[in-house]
Amino acid sequence: MSAEFRLPVGGRIDRAKPVRFTFDGKSYEGFAGDTLASALIANGVHLVGRSFKYHRPRGILTAGSEEPNALVGVGRDEAHYTPNLRATQVEITDGMVAESQNRWPSLAFDVGAVNDGLGRFLPAGFYYKTFMWPAGAWAKFYEPVIRRAAGLGRAPQAADTDRYTQRYAHCEVLVVGAGPAGLAAALAASETGVRVILCDEQAEFGGSLLHERDTVIDGRDAEAWVAEAVATLCSRENVRLLTRTTAFGYYPHNLVGLAERVTDHLAAPGSDLPRERLWQVRAREVVIAAGSIERPLVFPENDRPGVMMAEAARIYANRFGAKPGNRAVVFTASDSAYRAALDLKAAGVEIAAIADLRPDPTGAVVERARADGIRVLPGTSVQGTSGRLRIRSASLGAVVGGATETVPCDLLLMSGGFTPTLSLFSQSRGKMAWDEALEAYVPSVSVERERSVGACRGIYGLAEVLADGHAAGVAAAGKGASDGAARRFTVDAEELGHSGHRGITPHRRDASRVKAFVDFQNDVTAKDVKLATQEGFRSIEHVKRYTTTGMATDQGRTSNINALAIVSDALGKSVPEVGLTTFRPPYTPTTFALFAGQARGELFDPVRTTPIHDWAAEHGAVFEDVGIWKRARYFPEGGEDMHEAVARECRAVRESVGIFDGSTLGKIEVVGRDAAEFMNRMYTNAWAKLEPGRLRYGVMLREDGFVMDDGVVGRMAPDRFHVTTTTGGAPRVLNHMEDYLQTEWPDLEVWLTSTTEQWAVIAVQGPKARQVLEPLVEGIDLSREAMPHMSVRTGHICGVPTRLFRVSFTGELGFEVNVPANYGRAVWDAIFAAGQPHGITPYGTETMHVLRAEKGYIIVGQETDGTNTPDDVGLGWAVGKAKRDFVGKRSLARPQMQRPDRKQMVGLLTSDPATVLEEGAQIVADPNAPLPMKALGHVTSSYASSVVGRSIAIGMVAGGRGRIGETLHVPMPGGAIAVDVVEPVFFDKEGERIHG
Amino acid sequence: MLLITCPYCGPRPELEFRYAGEAHIARPEDPSGVEADPWGEFLYNRTNARGPYAERWRHFHGCGRFFNAIRDTTTDFFLATYKVGEPRPDVPARAVASASTGGAGER
Ligand SMILES: [Zn+2]
Repeated sequence: MSAEFRLPVGGRIDRAKPVRFTFDGKSYEGFAGDTLASALIANGVHLVGRSFKYHRPRGILTAGSEEPNALVGVGRDEAHYTPNLRATQVEITDGMVAESQNRWPSLAFDVGAVNDGLGRFLPAGFYYKTFMWPAGAWAKFYEPVIRRAAGLGRAPQAADTDRYTQRYAHCEVLVVGAGPAGLAAALAASETGVRVILCDEQAEFGGSLLHERDTVIDGRDAEAWVAEAVATLCSRENVRLLTRTTAFGYYPHNLVGLAERVTDHLAAPGSDLPRERLWQVRAREVVIAAGSIERPLVFPENDRPGVMMAEAARIYANRFGAKPGNRAVVFTASDSAYRAALDLKAAGVEIAAIADLRPDPTGAVVERARADGIRVLPGTSVQGTSGRLRIRSASLGAVVGGATETVPCDLLLMSGGFTPTLSLFSQSRGKMAWDEALEAYVPSVSVERERSVGACRGIYGLAEVLADGHAAGVAAAGKGASDGAARRFTVDAEELGHSGHRGITPHRRDASRVKAFVDFQNDVTAKDVKLATQEGFRSIEHVKRYTTTGMATDQGRTSNINALAIVSDALGKSVPEVGLTTFRPPYTPTTFALFAGQARGELFDPVRTTPIHDWAAEHGAVFEDVGIWKRARYFPEGGEDMHEAVARECRAVRESVGIFDGSTLGKIEVVGRDAAEFMNRMYTNAWAKLEPGRLRYGVMLREDGFVMDDGVVGRMAPDRFHVTTTTGGAPRVLNHMEDYLQTEWPDLEVWLTSTTEQWAVIAVQGPKARQVLEPLVEGIDLSREAMPHMSVRTGHICGVPTRLFRVSFTGELGFEVNVPANYGRAVWDAIFAAGQPHGITPYGTETMHVLRAEKGYIIVGQETDGTNTPDDVGLGWAVGKAKRDFVGKRSLARPQMQRPDRKQMVGLLTSDPATVLEEGAQIVADPNAPLPMKALGHVTSSYASSVVGRSIAIGMVAGGRGRIGETLHVPMPGGAIAVDVVEPVFFDKEGERIHG
Repeated sequence: MLLITCPYCGPRPELEFRYAGEAHIARPEDPSGVEADPWGEFLYNRTNARGPYAERWRHFHGCGRFFNAIRDTTTDFFLATYKVGEPRPDVPARAVASASTGGAGER
């Protein structure tokens, strides 16, 4: 059984394929080829939503992506739910579940509609004016109420289970829009053999030609011409055709973002298909064939369900075989509505009257309407409408004087003429110009290599549109001779005049008491826009933000020009003087998932792991994120918490031996004839005299003199250094080195190679370290005499080549075993096994931090914050004072860098040894001083040290070294904590153990 | 996303590059001989021009080379790119996509 308003024949729907769907829980039937809007109209349903602010009942206004009213939520379950879809774009599928939005408890009875009666209390700028005071009420009262009462759809409650993919594409010509202009352009461009991509947001190509009934192009009717054009394009290998694909964003250098909806129109999509596909197309030339949008008329109560754009009604009848009503009043300022009236009359809709704003409409289509017996009322406007959930009548009256007449109807078709669609052109940063003859903004000066064709640049006659598209296609392809650009299309179509109306239509009602809507989606009325100008807003950009007109998800595509005209009238300025607001991406709302693509879950952010990561995981390590590295923080045993585990790990290193994965250390190989000279210039230290086989702790400054990075460097050969950096610092340090090498000292013969991933680093630290390693090492004498602290040897360990560092970041006898990363795990296993008799203990970064703090070794980024000189952090000894130059040297000589009251690194001991300070806490001299108190510095590191037997802390304190022996205070919420300022070394102050 | 023409590799998407500040600010040959004020100038003061601006870029995810570019800061378009050591080319500011992909211009 067919729906009540379905025409028996005609349209592009497939009557052999019925489709069942539900809307707000009620079941309906449509046909394959229907949109949700056309199927609802065929079932006589016009009420589809409640408006944003006043909760007024709203119907389907348009038949395209510019739809401001008919926003619906669609999805069979929460994981597939998408809110705010335009019913005019949603293709129905069998079993589809759709619902209206912004209504409670039901669409027909919505409590929020009380706002409509309060309209005079909800003027333009209402939010700015009303919710200003008291501040506390915002969070408690205003915001929750507004959030419930205003707004669009709801967010889905479950994670999206669909798949989204992303593709890149390149072409010579991208054609956006496959109406007559776009098809002609694509045909012409692709004929030359260049790569062409043609996309259109609709389910099928053809645009306006899909709803023409009597148009003939080159001897074929419009639908046949489209079919042939598409078949020709399909047959060309250099053409890619994308339907259901919206060009949503125009980015610099002709990068255009396309959103392809791949499976939403399928009832049972295969699992191999993504739901949507993002295309990033880089085109040499772009042809914009975006068409035009019919303008609503702004008259009192112009928003009732049943009020529809005239051309949209024509589309529903001609393309979808759906009759939008039984009895229509037409309100127009242009010829096109006559054509719509005639087509609808042919479809069985009674045309009660055509009210034409123009005093004396003439022309072929007007005469045809009169001849067809349609009552034409020149110089007449709609004074208002009635009907709660659907229009019931329109009140018509002469523009100048006279009585009004109430005409019963269930449909009101309006047309204020057409507005060229400039969204993409505007996004490309092209300049628009007001065309006085067309009374429209049109593209003027291009910034990108693009060209607009057809209706989107104000060309309306079909023959001219086709010729314009063809010429642009040839020109964009860049291959045709200029005489090949002209091509004549023989067209038999209705000739229409192209007048229109902008702004409020004349009426005799009290303007302060009627609602004549300008922006349907944001519920902005003519009165609101005028009020904004009365309150002093002059710039259209300010009026837009104050009234919110044009700021809804449709970016005001149906409202901008009307708002502009109202402002222009109110200010007595011409439209071009008022200006035009800018369109921004996306052209239509685009899903977040499209942009996220595959970057979800595990693929959201890359993770770096070391060759020893799996061992740590198997041994119960708790990991922490350091940059994108996963590092083992501690290895709890038998229910230990972090504090207990760290205390045990620290004791093991101090008393016996610990093993630590240092593979994340940044590593750079610096090689070449001038390697030593380069190191001399990049680091504060002197390198020339460092002999091969020796290590040195290096400090790197920025040119402004502040500490940037540090690390141990080994001289492997006269022309080769093994440089290590902080874990997070490697890319920054390499970039810094490359910068100087390439741009300041290109004469130096040096090569830099990142080797972070090439070496696994196993630190073996503690009094027993040598005993553990000795049996595993070949060709290296580990004895204290042969291999002292800060030396490096090459040889083998467990048969694997190694660069063995004798170095310590713990203050104990220690080695760092560098082996090729692929052998890291095997060597680790071997060392761990060999260490068993000595109780070798794996330790993590937390223990490493405590051990180094006990020794007063800094961590760049913890003690330093980018404003510290080497001397500030006690590293003055590492600065080669005799060196002529190094990066940062000149800045260290600036007077500010040498002030005695600079913050200097000191140790801090709380009077209660059990109290552990908070890192980041401020340090003051007198906790009872009046507020605001002057802070002397802050705590940078703080731990409970099981080895020292008390809490220890490091801080940066103004003139700190001169304050050693003083008591300072750390104010905390529970009261100030007294701290003694001490030397920042808490264990083995003489440094004997390291030489063990 | 802009296309940036690396003088070594050719046009590549912006994502492959990293900005590196104003160009043609040479580090003094002997910094220790530079007075405090000019040194502060060298460290901190930049032209920040409105319009064509010479700046350094690095083809970070490509050849790794630093190079210089003239970019119009009002349009964001690159007017020229050239190798380190080469003189700043004399290019007029044009509100177009680039020398190789210039806009279609006035109709
Ligand atoms: Zn390159």
